[in-house]
Amino acid sequence: MSNLLTISLVISALHLALPILMPMLGGLISERSGVMNIGLEGMMLIGAFSAVLVTYFTGNPWLGLVGALASGVLSGSTLALMTVTLRGDQVVASAAINLIGAGLTAALIPVIWDVDGLTPSVEKIPTIRVPMLADLPYVGRIFSSLGMVDYACLALVVLVWWVLFRTDAGLRIRACGESAESADAAGIPVVRTRFLAVVASGVFGALGGAYLSIVTLDMFQASMTQGRGFLALAAMVFGKWRVWPGALACIAFGFADAIALRAQILWRDIPHELLIALPYVLALVALATFVGHASGPAGVGKPFARA
Amino acid sequence: MNPGREQTMTADGASRPDTTPPAIRLVGVSKHFGPVKANRSIDLSVRQGSIHGLLGENGAGKSTLMKVLFGMMRPDAGRIEIGGRPAAFRSSADALAAGIGMVQQHFSLIGKLTVAENLILGRATSGFVARWLRPLDLESARARAIELSERLGFGIDPSARCETLSVGARQKVEILKALWGGATTLVLDEPTAALSPPDAEELYALLQNLRREGTTIVLISHKMPEIMRLCDRVTVLRDGAVAGEAEIPRAFSDPAERQALEARLVRLMIGRHRPEVPSRSSHIWPTVLSVRQLSDGQRFGPIDLDVKGGEILAVVGVEGNGQSQFVELLIGLRKAAGGGIALDGRDITDMTTLKRFQSGIAHIPEDRHRLAVADGMSLVDNASIGFIDGAPFAPTSFWLSRHRRARFAAGIVRRHKVRASSVEAPVTSLSGGNQQKLVVGRELSRAPRLMIAAQPTRGLDIGSTGAVHEALIGLRDHGAAVLLLSLDLTEVFTIADRIVVFRQGRIVGETTAADADIDRIGRWMSGVDEEARQ
Repeated sequence: MSNLLTISLVISALHLALPILMPMLGGLISERSGVMNIGLEGMMLIGAFSAVLVTYFTGNPWLGLVGALASGVLSGSTLALMTVTLRGDQVVASAAINLIGAGLTAALIPVIWDVDGLTPSVEKIPTIRVPMLADLPYVGRIFSSLGMVDYACLALVVLVWWVLFRTDAGLRIRACGESAESADAAGIPVVRTRFLAVVASGVFGALGGAYLSIVTLDMFQASMTQGRGFLALAAMVFGKWRVWPGALACIAFGFADAIALRAQILWRDIPHELLIALPYVLALVALATFVGHASGPAGVGKPFARA
Repeated sequence: MNPGREQTMTADGASRPDTTPPAIRLVGVSKHFGPVKANRSIDLSVRQGSIHGLLGENGAGKSTLMKVLFGMMRPDAGRIEIGGRPAAFRSSADALAAGIGMVQQHFSLIGKLTVAENLILGRATSGFVARWLRPLDLESARARAIELSERLGFGIDPSARCETLSVGARQKVEILKALWGGATTLVLDEPTAALSPPDAEELYALLQNLRREGTTIVLISHKMPEIMRLCDRVTVLRDGAVAGEAEIPRAFSDPAERQALEARLVRLMIGRHRPEVPSRSSHIWPTVLSVRQLSDGQRFGPIDLDVKGGEILAVVGVEGNGQSQFVELLIGLRKAAGGGIALDGRDITDMTTLKRFQSGIAHIPEDRHRLAVADGMSLVDNASIGFIDGAPFAPTSFWLSRHRRARFAAGIVRRHKVRASSVEAPVTSLSGGNQQKLVVGRELSRAPRLMIAAQPTRGLDIGSTGAVHEALIGLRDHGAAVLLLSLDLTEVFTIADRIVVFRQGRIVGETTAADADIDRIGRWMSGVDEEARQ
């Protein structure tokens, strides 16, 4: 029984970590290129909403996922236009994305479905069973709970790490984030690089949102991301703008979330609001204590323009 | 002087004897920023395989011209020819492709990246997929960096992060980087500005090696000795236009000839003769600043130091050897871990920064934008920053009089010849030199007992530099103490009475200016004596 409990805890922790992990990667790409993106929360909401919307009208959750990614391109491009092309303030612009994301999605639910706050159920993305892996003792249960999207998300972590820290493209992105002037002098198109990085961060944010709405659940609820976009940023800071430590932080948040859910069932007298706050408390404590002084890429927040 | 060797600039270098096209030819290049004409119809022709000096004061338009050449700015008019072929660069990538490498005045290396990463940054020409997926070939980049640096006569660790390198080493990496893509022409913008004398020597040797290998070099500088020593030909810029050109022989048969040429170049550069330096005063008053066993508990100290009234004490050393920590400790931006500081016999070690200023310290900060001015605020506001109890501006400390502040700012502007459109204009609208004059004027108006002047003339032209020197000397003559932190040894020898050398947060040498020997100071700065003893 206790064994079973542990495995299912790991499973739920993993599923709760992925929607933080994806926007974390998005934030990482954006900040490494020199653009602060605190708009991930809004991008997630827009992605989650778009996924449900497209799935509802087509009946195909895969098309819903594509719709979510397209919405990520759109919200990412909007932020990139404001911050990179027009050199607006990055904090204000991405905060605007958050407000638009939360407001627009909540307002569109009654317009489209004629109900408040909660959309009807739609088709979910199915899990697939990988025969060999799912038959393993104990851990087989973990694999049988994973779907295509989960495997793809995990592969994306590796891909982002590889591209950012092992390839020429990654070196260019990081150079833009450290010093736009130096990158420019080295012949790197800074504006284009940053624009693409911000668009990518929108896509990752939207993917995290879609994960919540059509992988974990089967509907969209107003403000359903519950601050995961901000937790993602916290995880990025804990990981000191590196992929693997950041991913570990996301998984830690996933576990905190999973334990909170579990505790809710086991100890009914603890107010569940307190338990839900657990990952956020963890984030606060971690930020204030053992993370210490963390400084991101030197060029973050500085718009770039040639003389 | 041989008049045939000289040539005042006509439309182009038509009287060139050889037929090979010039490595670089600029014709009628103009560039303006708003009402300021940075370049006015400049013609320049650089012979292949030569070192061509570009001499001029700050603000003469040297850097703008080179940015135009390097594709970082577009000229309003004029054209560029590289090796006889017309070129239109839209970005530095185009200039790099045409074989021009540039070493900027401000380091362009990214500190967080390694030497090898900096060298290959932006250089790969691989296809889309390879760029996004194939691992970087850092191994061969490292090998090539070692090979190239050894060929040029120095060693480098390609795996070191650039932020850990010394200034001299970083300068060499800059040059490697410029040469990396096979550049045949190298533009260096004030390359020795931050170097210690021994590092500068190594750089000169490196440039001579490059010339021997056939590289064309454009050397931007306002240092007369290095122009005279390295260049084959020099173009002098003044107020954005070519003031004149001269050929510099490799060896002068007659020292008088050399002096005459130097004097002529200085005249072309500043439009008049070199300003006179006021004489030294001999009167020494009692000690003003007394520092005992001061340390910050990290890399600085402990040091002992006294500055007397009527004395200018210069602290020299390679940048980053504790000078800024020392200043921060003195003005209270950094907390002392041990030791004490006394001003006129009063212990100020535990005073707040404001109290220290009120006790008679004034400070011209090294980093103007970080510590000295608020860029977006007006001249009036910036002139009265720091007088926060309202004293000179109102009868009480509860309000400030606009009128009095404006009059105060106007006074500084007038006395220190700050060129500004109005005292209500933001400080950013001023050139760097004029901003510095405003700061110097503000700090002098405190009538300090101790003036801490950190790089007070950085970015100033010869005329303004002279004015700042006169002001510091005036303070000294009235019995105040001046602590001068400078990287410019010429400045130190010009006005200092006594010199101490900092290395790794400690005083490693002390001498009076009268007995100072530049080689000895250079050895102290670089620590060769210490190494020899070990």
